Amino acid sequence: MKRAFPILAILTAGLLSWGLYAALVSAPTEKTMGDVQRIFYYHVPSAWTAFLLFSINFLASVFYLVKGKPFADRMVNAVVILIAVACCVIPFFVKPLPLGVEPGAVGSTGIGIAILYFGIRKYFAERADVLALVSAEVGVVFCTIVLVTGPLWARPVWGIWWTWDMRLTSTLLLWLIYLSYLTLRRFSSSSQTPTLAAVLAVFGALDVPLVYFSIWYFRTQHPQPVIGGGGSIDPRMLNVLLLNWLAFLCFAFLVCWSRYRLEILRRDVDEAQALESLLAVGGGR
Amino acid sequence: MSTVGLTRATLVKDIRLEWRSKDAINAMLFFALLVVVIFSFSFDPTAEQSRQIAGGLIWVAFLFAAVVALNQTWARELRNQVLDAYRVSPAPASSLFLAKALGNFIFVSVLEALMTPLFIIFYNLRAIGPAYQLIFVGVLGTWALVVNGTFFAAMSVRTRSREIMLPLLLFPISIPALLAMVEGTTSILTGEFSARFWMVLLLAYDVVFTTVSLLLFELVLHAE
Amino acid sequence: MNYLYAAYIATWVIHIGYLGHLLRSYSRLQDEVEELKKK
Repeated sequence: MKRAFPILAILTAGLLSWGLYAALVSAPTEKTMGDVQRIFYYHVPSAWTAFLLFSINFLASVFYLVKGKPFADRMVNAVVILIAVACCVIPFFVKPLPLGVEPGAVGSTGIGIAILYFGIRKYFAERADVLALVSAEVGVVFCTIVLVTGPLWARPVWGIWWTWDMRLTSTLLLWLIYLSYLTLRRFSSSSQTPTLAAVLAVFGALDVPLVYFSIWYFRTQHPQPVIGGGGSIDPRMLNVLLLNWLAFLCFAFLVCWSRYRLEILRRDVDEAQALESLLAVGGGR
Repeated sequence: MSTVGLTRATLVKDIRLEWRSKDAINAMLFFALLVVVIFSFSFDPTAEQSRQIAGGLIWVAFLFAAVVALNQTWARELRNQVLDAYRVSPAPASSLFLAKALGNFIFVSVLEALMTPLFIIFYNLRAIGPAYQLIFVGVLGTWALVVNGTFFAAMSVRTRSREIMLPLLLFPISIPALLAMVEGTTSILTGEFSARFWMVLLLAYDVVFTTVSLLLFELVLHAE
Repeated sequence: MNYLYAAYIATWVIHIGYLGHLLRSYSRLQDEVEELKKK
């Protein structure tokens, strides 16, 4: 397993370099926005990666809270399966779908959530908490990049650094919630910090739909400038986008893996130090 | 003792203790007054502008006053090892939480009730929309801040820099509620829009987070 | 144009910065492991 790391690192470096070249050189220049649009190839993959990592954190937190409590555990399992089935089935009954939402995307998101949750349950049963911490931290790094590259793209193209639209505000809010999550982790000295952090993650997740509704209505009352927007994308640009996403996914995986191992080492060292001081006290008598 | 009886007993005890230690109340009132004064001469608008921005200013002032009040929610319990007694007793954790939240709600409402006339005076405020709706926005909004504030105060109890930890946890999560409070108040003051959506959103927010807090408080109480 | 380069450079500064932070934590942990081994 450990030998895979260098191989994957080289592969990732290659993908990132290729992605960089494609983004800056070989991708076609956008008609209206010009070269500045190329920020898109770093901005969007970072956003998708950040959301994926935050989702992993949420699922790991939920699992951590129900682990060891058979009734709650079975309930959550049932709910996850229900969500997956609902995502596959409901898009066919709700017509018309909101703009930009494809039935396939909803279905695969639901199935993805189920795969992630049961995967975490199986492979991270003992270390769900470490996974939660790692995904939150790396997620914040990627989210920071989204919030930095976004305004840098918006300013030259739309003339404004910021606007309170759904996506920007939700991203900012997720970033803030997870910053508070990491702060709690760092400042809390209780032995139950993982539980408290997991509870906070659940609070944060419940907050997200409320943010959506509040911003949606706010914008109907106070029309704000529209940034970006849907519309079809040139297939060559899509390829560059997907390439960079793959590259950053691999990169995120490697970073998470490193952070994970670091955290395990940190906890082992803490345990050893605690044991050692206990023995020292005992032996000193 | 029934859950309701237990909640009421805890609440009455808290109020009685607060009332006896008038120092804390007086200090808090003075703080609230200072906040209003500072905000008032920092932002000195005309009557027309004031209706647009007063909603935001008032709620930010309330938010700061609430944080100061919430920060010492569990201080007394910590000092006297009361939390340990609660953990050991068969009483449901949710009744302790509810009592604390209600106590905080009453306390923060008193602060708000005292700050509001001052704001009206300093900003020459007059509601163009239906003024009675302000009560709903006020009650629902205050509960939104207090219920999460009490919960996060309990989570912060064993952290370094406890006082700053509470706002760090509370503010991000409260953003949708804050938006609703501010927009609702502004809608009513200016009379331009209906505040109905905002009140519904606040109600939904309150229901969701009250439920979650009651369900999960047990975990937090035992987390020491 | 500057915005484009600024965005790409900022991205990598943040990533490298985080990786550097991880490396520093790792070396500090290694020091602690050495300390423990000595005892």
